[in-house]
Amino acid sequence: MKLLRDFLDKQKPHFVKGGRFEKLHSTFDAFETFLFVPNKVTSSGAHIRDAIDMKRTMIIVVVALLPALIFGIWNVGYQHYLSQGLAYDFWPMFGFGLMKVLPIIIVSYVVGLGIEFAFAQVRHHEVNEGFLVSGMLIPLVMPPDVPLWMVAIATAFAVIIGKEVFGGTGMNILNPALTARAFLFFAYPSEMSGDLVWIAEKADAYSGATPLGHLLVGEVDKIPSDWAMFLGTIPGSIGETSTLAILLGAIILIATGVGSARIMFSVVAGGLVMGWLFNLWGANDYMNIPAYQHLIMGGFAFGTVFMATDPVSASQTGIGKYYYGFLIGMIAVLIRVFNPAYPEGMMLAILLMNVFAPLIDHYVIQSNIKKRLKRAKVAVKA
Amino acid sequence: MSTAKQEKEPLFSPKNKKLLTSPINLNNPITVQVLGICSALAVTAKLKPAFVMAVSVVVVTALANVIISMLRNGIPPRIRIIVQLVVIAALVILVDQVLKAFVYDVSKQLSVFVGLIITNCIIMGRLEAFAMGNKVWPSLLDGIGNGLGYGLILLIVGFVRELFGSGTLWGYNVIPAGAFEIGYMNNGFMILPPMALIIVGIIIWIQRSKNPELFEEN
Repeated sequence: MKLLRDFLDKQKPHFVKGGRFEKLHSTFDAFETFLFVPNKVTSSGAHIRDAIDMKRTMIIVVVALLPALIFGIWNVGYQHYLSQGLAYDFWPMFGFGLMKVLPIIIVSYVVGLGIEFAFAQVRHHEVNEGFLVSGMLIPLVMPPDVPLWMVAIATAFAVIIGKEVFGGTGMNILNPALTARAFLFFAYPSEMSGDLVWIAEKADAYSGATPLGHLLVGEVDKIPSDWAMFLGTIPGSIGETSTLAILLGAIILIATGVGSARIMFSVVAGGLVMGWLFNLWGANDYMNIPAYQHLIMGGFAFGTVFMATDPVSASQTGIGKYYYGFLIGMIAVLIRVFNPAYPEGMMLAILLMNVFAPLIDHYVIQSNIKKRLKRAKVAVKA
Repeated sequence: MSTAKQEKEPLFSPKNKKLLTSPINLNNPITVQVLGICSALAVTAKLKPAFVMAVSVVVVTALANVIISMLRNGIPPRIRIIVQLVVIAALVILVDQVLKAFVYDVSKQLSVFVGLIITNCIIMGRLEAFAMGNKVWPSLLDGIGNGLGYGLILLIVGFVRELFGSGTLWGYNVIPAGAFEIGYMNNGFMILPPMALIIVGIIIWIQRSKNPELFEEN
């Protein structure tokens, strides 16, 4: 540790103003603060001093993603061998999954961080840690067989158009990871939907449809058991299949206060209410599936825990979070059941509500102001 | 103003040249004034319709500017919009008929958007802002300049969208077949209208970062 500190201190003069690598200042800064708690403190004014900063927040989210990631890696291998009718031990499956998933993660991080660093140098601001999470979320919402160059452009698109255009981390309107997925979904639909892409190197004769894919064509009897969908031993995007692993992540996020429990609960409530309304209507088989099944299928759980709670693009006000989350749940189920072109509504629902989040906040704040004004007037009269 | 100069101003004096060039960059109707976006989204999925549309708009703006400029002293101010619309509509119908006669397939692709040139804000805007108060020759230059500024953006957007969306340019394949064999795919998002908006946005971004005078205070 001491060695590292000494090394950094030795290199530091090269990167400050007037040094040899002045232009790479923010790069150095990023690595230094990544390794050590920065020794700069606020010097004036009233500030809340707290051990938590963006870096720690982001690391906690990455830790919360680990259960889903590890399960996802295993499941990629499991689905692959299952489709070929072979059964192996844990490690060969995990190894196969790792061979598939690791390159996607590396591509996502290299491209995304490369662009972040480049922008930080050009704009002379610090490198932000926001991409640590986005770079992990992007691989988890990709199908296991996605070509790596597609991951690269989607990441570039998400970072540049989804984030840097608006001013970088903290300024984006849309969730960057979902922007990447939506980009691929519309740009290369054949690689992002259908029933061929969800199992890596699938054997030809084996059906690779996701539960949502089955439901879309009306094969209600073909969806896996609730238990399988909850555990996640089903085909799907890399990190989204296991509701159990995602729940572990949710517990970490809620316990540390990093993810908003209000949003998570209200998304679930919205999904359940919409599913239940469809049950009442019951016009076709899809509408008749139990409401809770919507929660364990597809990306609903993953979106609820990791995407909808993104602190930047979600609603900021307390009451606003309930509206925001509830509408995400409702719209997600609505799109699933009603729109044959989009089997998974979660991505589109979250992106849509990302756009509306500032509006929700605006009305919440306005109503608050009105209430207070009223109270003030009453007080004056009395 | 000195009268001697006014009488014999050369055809391409600096002032007149500026009428022609300023709408192409610093005063571009699409990227700076943000007019005519609708057709820029609709007709730019392929390069050919974008080009035909660009030419049509250049012709209509230039001629409408000239005609209105000639009539400008005889138009009662109260009904000037109607007069302008009649002139534009007549020109658009002419253009439409010419397209139908000579490039029927493109005309079909452009469909309703040729007719909608009538409502293109750029043309009305130039008539109101320029042709109503200027002589014929400057009005012609102004019309051509604005048409070209519009057309330039259309061509850039059309080029990018057709190249990456369909793998062709002007209908000819330009992406080698080998690229598809090793896994390259056309980007379906490029064909959809939102991508045109994003490309226009990127053009605006690049243009503003190169021209500090376009920065806006906020």
